[in-house]
Amino acid sequence: MKRKISLRINGKPYTDEVEPRLLLIHYLREVAGLTGPHIGCETSICGACTVMLQGRAVKSCTMFAVQADGREIVTIEGLAANGALDPVQQAFWNEHGLQCGFCTPGMIMATKQLLQDNPSPTDLEIRHGLEGNLCRCTGYQHIVNAVKAAAGKAGA
Amino acid sequence: MATTISKPETLFGKRIRRQEDPRLITGTAVYLDDIKMPGMHHACIVRSPHAAAKIRAIDTAAAAGRPGVVAVFTAKDTGHLGAVPCAASLPGLRVPRHDLLARDRVYYVGHPVAVVVATDRYLARDAAEMVEVDYEPLPAVADPEKALAEGAPAVHPEWPGNVAFTFHQEGGNIEQAFSEAEVVVKQRITSQRLIPTALETRGVVADWRPGENSVTLFSSTQIPHLMRTLVAGILGMPENRLRVVTPEVGGGFGSKLNVYAEEALMAFISMRIQKPVKWVESRRENFTCTIHGRGHVDYFELAARRDGVMLGLKLKLIQDLGAYHQLLTPAIPTLSVLMMPGLYKFQNVSADIVGVFTNCVPTDAYRGAGRPEATHGIERMVDILAAELAMDPVEIRLKNFVGNDEFPYTTPTGLSYDSGNYAAPLRKALEQVDYPALRREQAQAREEGRLMGIGVSTYGEICAIGPSPSMPAGGWESATVKIEPTGKVTVLTGASPHGQGEETTFAQVVADELGVPMDDVLVVHGDTSVVQYGIGTFGSRGTAVGGAALFYALQDLKAKVKKFGAMLLDAPAVILSGGSCVDERTGKSVSFAEVAAAAYHAKRLPPATEPGLVSTHFWEPPNFTFPFGAHVVVSEVDRETGDIRIRRYVAVDDCGKIINPLLVDGQVHGGVAQGLGQALWEQAVYDENGQLITGELTDYALPKAHLMPWIESSHTETPSPVNPLGVKGVGEAGTIGCSPAVVNSVVDALSPLGVRHLDMPLTPEKIWKAIQGGQA
Repeated sequence: MKRKISLRINGKPYTDEVEPRLLLIHYLREVAGLTGPHIGCETSICGACTVMLQGRAVKSCTMFAVQADGREIVTIEGLAANGALDPVQQAFWNEHGLQCGFCTPGMIMATKQLLQDNPSPTDLEIRHGLEGNLCRCTGYQHIVNAVKAAAGKAGA
Repeated sequence: MATTISKPETLFGKRIRRQEDPRLITGTAVYLDDIKMPGMHHACIVRSPHAAAKIRAIDTAAAAGRPGVVAVFTAKDTGHLGAVPCAASLPGLRVPRHDLLARDRVYYVGHPVAVVVATDRYLARDAAEMVEVDYEPLPAVADPEKALAEGAPAVHPEWPGNVAFTFHQEGGNIEQAFSEAEVVVKQRITSQRLIPTALETRGVVADWRPGENSVTLFSSTQIPHLMRTLVAGILGMPENRLRVVTPEVGGGFGSKLNVYAEEALMAFISMRIQKPVKWVESRRENFTCTIHGRGHVDYFELAARRDGVMLGLKLKLIQDLGAYHQLLTPAIPTLSVLMMPGLYKFQNVSADIVGVFTNCVPTDAYRGAGRPEATHGIERMVDILAAELAMDPVEIRLKNFVGNDEFPYTTPTGLSYDSGNYAAPLRKALEQVDYPALRREQAQAREEGRLMGIGVSTYGEICAIGPSPSMPAGGWESATVKIEPTGKVTVLTGASPHGQGEETTFAQVVADELGVPMDDVLVVHGDTSVVQYGIGTFGSRGTAVGGAALFYALQDLKAKVKKFGAMLLDAPAVILSGGSCVDERTGKSVSFAEVAAAAYHAKRLPPATEPGLVSTHFWEPPNFTFPFGAHVVVSEVDRETGDIRIRRYVAVDDCGKIINPLLVDGQVHGGVAQGLGQALWEQAVYDENGQLITGELTDYALPKAHLMPWIESSHTETPSPVNPLGVKGVGEAGTIGCSPAVVNSVVDALSPLGVRHLDMPLTPEKIWKAIQGGQA
């Protein structure tokens, strides 16, 4: 039996009938057409599916779409405003914080959360803050540089 | 026409952020699973839960009756199709027929048995659960040494003993070397099975277009053109009716340097159901069904004189092949043999490979592909010899390096090392860590009972793979450069980059050669209908082979541009400068866009010149390239917990000339992360029944951000004479250099306890046990 959900994604309203078992990541990708968040594991380990729900980073592969009913979601597609990149996106670009790019949307959303909670993190705090997001390409070093650069920007 | 001549700034060697990133950081890039088509169906594959079993019966009726299901396929439907290909050949190689779907027997956990196709991926998965397969489980063997033992279950009943091939190679006079030796050290060294774990799993979309009598196959692959040829062969269809497109690829590391059953299956299914069909691998499938890497048990014997001069090396290499040969499976250990002498000048080697079938998923190329195993072996053996002779591991290396004046240097395995200065990166790394001070600190630490280690690895690798005679299906690479009528430049590369950044580095090369802004250059790859035939991206070849092809295509094109420029300027000759053709006598110039327009409008043509500005070059490399470097690791081991702390990681890599240092650093960091993963954490574990215990990311220990040390990366630059760019390739360097440096460091830390060798991964449990054993 499908259920009706209404939510806001990247500032826009969405209303859809969905199966209760539909995962939020599948709703975002298949129904809402937002393919920025990715699926890397379906077990909550890799973090490629990370989005902001009510302002907090969550892994959308281990949440049902119906649980997002009435909530506010921001995906990677919602970060750049009027064509201007978010400082975190800009920093990932400048610092070469990505290679294949598959983890990047989740990594950037996790960074948003990290910098919200801690605007000037140390290297170790950055690394622990990103524990829940896997990257197989970069060895994380340029990601750490990117987060530091974004933090500097936000603090300036 | 203008008369100013600006001296162009070269982009070669500059840290330039990537052209490919805007789409990746905004979530607008299109990966395989992002592809949606009208009427697209979804496939879910039913896989064996047993490592070895007979299939008595398959009942698909219940699944076929489920909502949304349009078809269920088994080997009865696909039996007429060709098999999954193995391109490697060795004398006497036993090649089991690798059917797309299992017929009457399964050989590993995850072996595909049936495919359910439905209108929705959830419905396909539901229905897959309803396919009933009646299995008769059989004894399995998952360990290569156990598979060789008397009475082991036969993976393939027709070949009891489980030997797929043996391979012998030798050079020099190994018997004489060992008879003259004053010391011989022996060690069994394993390189465990690893799971490549590209963050994007594999996936395929097949789209049969009846009106065109063609199939478009979207696949997350490193080798679109080879895939086209091989999948067309499996399906028995004309190659020019199959188009392979690689969308954005979310990592490969060798695991997508392959042709798998699913590519052919989806093309076949799309033709059968007359609809597009998508299959995306789950992470569990990725772990159980996509190739693994490594899987070596190596027995080394190193002969030397008491003064530390090495004389010869013997190797018995047992390669865990898994149940089948994938594209290059049996060839991978032969690369280990080629590189077994490392950077050292002893001229006597002997190697015997035994390729062994096991009831596991096949092994194949994973970042480094045979060279990390070789480097780990020789670099551990050098340290073991140093310990035996009570010599400093640095001193013994310096004593045995091939000399700077010996290049090109012929190895006893038949390679010709192109260029090198092997002591340079080692000296640079040691200076950086202040090696003598570290040794003094270590002596002090030992007095205090602390376990501090200093480990060195000096690695060499074989890259820019490779000359065609060494490859099953060509080792060249292709490039087309088109200057469009407006002066914009399009590059079509036969390489298939998937994160390495050639859209940027190639644009740098084009900008330098033609004098156009980088932003005017578009690098296109991964579509067999658009790009001329190419080989692909693997073996650190994208820039070193594909970049060279690009360079030569640019030279041809420059000559033609100059002809048009000279015609427009009424000059006998012009030079290319700052994006213009310049008559040096008068200083007059015409811009690129003017030349391009003239070439396409063709109102006038230079003598014996065709219209248009397009050049294609297929470049055959005369040799491999041989990058090298030194990694130094300072570690400290916790006596109580066995935990290892990497205090410093210094990597000095020489990959020849560097086009973009920012991207090279990224390659080194990522490579080191995968090497460190092998050294400390990662291991594909099969139990004795052939069940993969590490079957999800919850159980397979991938490096995480907080586990990685800071990598101090720098370089020496020894240009390669093999290609005109002087580059050598850097994709695999970090992985190859890393693991022995880490293990050498930890063994050094534990050496006061009598520890001489430890096999990877160095888990705290293993270290703790070694400490307990050492103290006992």
